[in-house]
Amino acid sequence: MQLVKTFAEHYNYVITIFLMMAGLYIVVARGNMVKKLIGLSIFQTSVYLLYITPGKIIGGTAPILDPAFTVYSNPLPHVLILTAIVVGVATLALGLALVVRINECYGTIEEDEIFAKDDDQ
Amino acid sequence: MALLTLLAAVTVAIVRQRSLFGVVVLAGIYSFLMATLLIALDAVDVAMTEASVGAGISTVLLLATLHLTKTTEMSPINRNWLPLLVVLIVGAAVVWGTLSLPPFGVADSVVHQHVAPRYLAQSIVETGVPNVVTSVLADYRSYDTLGETTVIFTAGIGVLLLLRGLRRRDDIGGGGES
Repeated sequence: MQLVKTFAEHYNYVITIFLMMAGLYIVVARGNMVKKLIGLSIFQTSVYLLYITPGKIIGGTAPILDPAFTVYSNPLPHVLILTAIVVGVATLALGLALVVRINECYGTIEEDEIFAKDDDQ
Repeated sequence: MALLTLLAAVTVAIVRQRSLFGVVVLAGIYSFLMATLLIALDAVDVAMTEASVGAGISTVLLLATLHLTKTTEMSPINRNWLPLLVVLIVGAAVVWGTLSLPPFGVADSVVHQHVAPRYLAQSIVETGVPNVVTSVLADYRSYDTLGETTVIFTAGIGVLLLLRGLRRRDDIGGGGES
């Protein structure tokens, strides 16, 4: 019973880490470069959850000050993650530009085929 | 809680899907789910950014890349169980590490004791902006935002430099068509 309670109270962390590990698995195990970048962005979004879920207070409201409310969720993680999202899309754009450039040179975006072509030369 | 489970399900689908077009569509769904979840977590500003940047701009960028490259993923030649094993072990270790963290949603955990109460109490007096996220982003931590715009600027220059010769090389007929 205690175990179930602990699991339910930490369910947000369990899913966060599941997403994190799924992203890591895609980056490590998949050879396609577009897929790798999507895995990287899944890893990134899991970090958003890692920051924002501890900031939530049950019964609290969004941190926009109003006399009608007294309990607000923590605004600081929101600010940090707001910055992280925008930086994330910038790195994604740069990575995709590199993929397009690699495709132009090698004619493929599969890691195995690129290694094979490098070995031939 | 249901939203979190749904997110996990979409992630499994992304891992298993071989068609890259399908993966991009699933990634868009993933971002929208994430935005909905962020609203449920009271992070309305972050949810708005995630919906526009994650589900909007990222999807457009990915689709543009697919247009310039291929849309199917090659199935791996050798099935290797090592990555899965490593990921499972690391995941189990990190989950074990989170067990001693404070439970979800309690108001007296450590993260709520420092800095944030001061922002909530003083920001309306010091900046006059009711939205605390805005006042922290633009007033207290504006150097962060300056650094962020620098990163975007640098990334933009990088993308431009990488893709500058694309059309010119295509016109000459040297490459690109693959």
